[in-house]
Amino acid sequence: MTYRSLKLALLGTTLIATSALAEDVTLTIESWRNDDLTLWQDQIIPAFEAAHPGIKIQFTPSAPAEYNAVLNSKLDAGSAGDLITCRPFDASLALYEAGHLTDLSGVEAMGNFSDVAKSAWQTDDGAVSFCVPMASVIHGFIYNKDAFNELGIEVPTTEDEFFAALDKIREDGTYVPLAMGTNDQWEAATMGYNNIGPNYWKGEEGRQALISGEQKLTDEVWTAPYATLARWAEYMGDGYEAQTYPDSQNIFTLGRAAIYPAGSWEISGFNAQADFEMGAFKPPVRNAGDTCYISDHTDIGIGMNAATKHPEAAEIFLAWVASPEFAEIFGNALPGFFPLSSTPVELQDPLAKEIVGWREECESTIRSTYQILSRGTPNLENETWGASVAAIKGAKSPEELGAELQEGLSSWYAPHQ
Amino acid sequence: MNRPRIRWHIVVFLAPAVLVYTAVMIFPLFNTLRLALFTEVDQTRVFVGLQNFKTLFFDPVWSEQFWNALGNNFWFFLIHMLVQNPIGIALAALLSHPRLRFAALYRSAIFIPTILSFVIVGFAWKLILSPIWGIAPSMLDAIGLKSLFAPWLGKEEYALTTLALISVWQFVGIPMMLIYAALLTIPEEILEAGEIDGITGASAFWKIKLPLILPSIGIISILTFVGNFNAFDLIYASQGALAGPDFSTDILGTFMYRTFFGFQLQLGDPHMGSAIAGAMFAIILVGVCIYLFGIQTRMRRYQL
Repeated sequence: MTYRSLKLALLGTTLIATSALAEDVTLTIESWRNDDLTLWQDQIIPAFEAAHPGIKIQFTPSAPAEYNAVLNSKLDAGSAGDLITCRPFDASLALYEAGHLTDLSGVEAMGNFSDVAKSAWQTDDGAVSFCVPMASVIHGFIYNKDAFNELGIEVPTTEDEFFAALDKIREDGTYVPLAMGTNDQWEAATMGYNNIGPNYWKGEEGRQALISGEQKLTDEVWTAPYATLARWAEYMGDGYEAQTYPDSQNIFTLGRAAIYPAGSWEISGFNAQADFEMGAFKPPVRNAGDTCYISDHTDIGIGMNAATKHPEAAEIFLAWVASPEFAEIFGNALPGFFPLSSTPVELQDPLAKEIVGWREECESTIRSTYQILSRGTPNLENETWGASVAAIKGAKSPEELGAELQEGLSSWYAPHQ
Repeated sequence: MNRPRIRWHIVVFLAPAVLVYTAVMIFPLFNTLRLALFTEVDQTRVFVGLQNFKTLFFDPVWSEQFWNALGNNFWFFLIHMLVQNPIGIALAALLSHPRLRFAALYRSAIFIPTILSFVIVGFAWKLILSPIWGIAPSMLDAIGLKSLFAPWLGKEEYALTTLALISVWQFVGIPMMLIYAALLTIPEEILEAGEIDGITGASAFWKIKLPLILPSIGIISILTFVGNFNAFDLIYASQGALAGPDFSTDILGTFMYRTFFGFQLQLGDPHMGSAIAGAMFAIILVGVCIYLFGIQTRMRRYQL
């Protein structure tokens, strides 16, 4: 008798406890952006909680390098948070295919994003979207305005003007014309090849054609950027072969270099380090009057853990992330990480504003190697790092590089066989 | 009935070490070798036998990387054998000279890099050799040899040798200490007897000391071999997982790491990674066996 009443009492408390939870839901976010912890705690979470009483948010980031491994083991153990920050492309696609991410295609707020913005978190056929796009990074060139004024250089818009400007800087000798090294390899591909390349392969048009197999990496539009990169070497400063990424950043922010091939994520760091005025120009086009293309690379999104206990609350949060309100807070707190929603956001930082303005003038695309094409062995992205470095050093001709990359891609990718 | 008594104390005393060693060494080793026999298809693990090894050795994409890494590894080992060990022996011979002053100071100074972390060594040397901030270019400039400077770590043809020499700098203290200890055990009487027969100075080293320290040199060689074929940290700390430029510093350790854990857009493949780890294990095992059965058993030992 006492046993049964105890059981009832226990059941009663459980019910009370669950109903109490239902009133005040706590959602946990998994993320690798531990740099942004204060931003979330001081700005984003209070803004959301003020508008949505009854839902509490906890932001629990882990170290970037460990994120994928930590997240996978948490998901397998069933202890992962309700909301999951999504890496672009295959890492998140694998999570969706393993049943860890919810299909968000039906969520109304997804309509706020363009197809390019969503492409990083979709199945290959584009039918299912599983993460809300949060931010992208844009490539271009950041320059030292003081140096340009001093030498009387106009901001270049075409390739000829670009190289003429570099020549002028080199002749003067005060500044290293181009602050980039090849030691860490990825800058050559990311800030080199994929920065200037979209103007050659016409952004999305070429990228899609490459994925479908209509174009090959041996085509002129894919090899010509290597020929242009090869011309960079003479402007890159002594011993660029051993110059690392932090070296390049420091040379530029110390005012020793004039032009920095950049990604927009540099903005906040550069603002803090450099004591001269900076400007930015987009990748120069091949001929005056050409349509310009920019790499507006989708970098970070957020999705829902399929095993969450509070799908309704999570959906409310995701809809809010997709709203212009979130975009404005996020975009201004992290200049250089640009919100992806179609409604334009008013940014305060002048450099960030200049860069995001290119979206109005140019066609956006993403890095050519990221979607689908880096799924096999050899990995096209990694191979492109090596190829871009080889192009700059002049170790191989653009045609050789194109042929090598094409051979690697054809070895595993059916549309190219 | 006089059954042999089970000597429980042996079991009890061995148990802790055996258990710990099995849990952290033997089990993971065999599990890794087991993992190499599987692959993953559509989220499930499938047994494929030796397929992964076949891919590793015969698929052009994989075998090219594997042989490149193996070749680089042998070069890395060769530099250590040709530079580190002779210098270590020479230093030990100098240090054991009875009339050398400040011997203890030199000994510690040369040994200190050994206890530094790879990350510190990699970073410090990267800075020293940096064409932008490094002291190497300005030091060469000061003696008028600026033209000899090159961005060594960034050039395919020099990078691996440079890293091997950095590693030599770091570890030269180990052979020095071992040989030094071996030299100290040589009794004075033998050297005096040699002196009476007219063997002095350098020839005393070549004819008496060197044969007596040969077993130590053998041990050092095998330690160098195992250490070099397991090397990873220095390359990773200074050149990253892609072992640039253009894979010229890629050794088996970095190749295994990149495959196992993935890199950038390349997703990790634990099964191929284990296959590489298995190949590394086999190479080291063969090397150690050649030494143990081919060399050590034939080495002459002298009763001191």
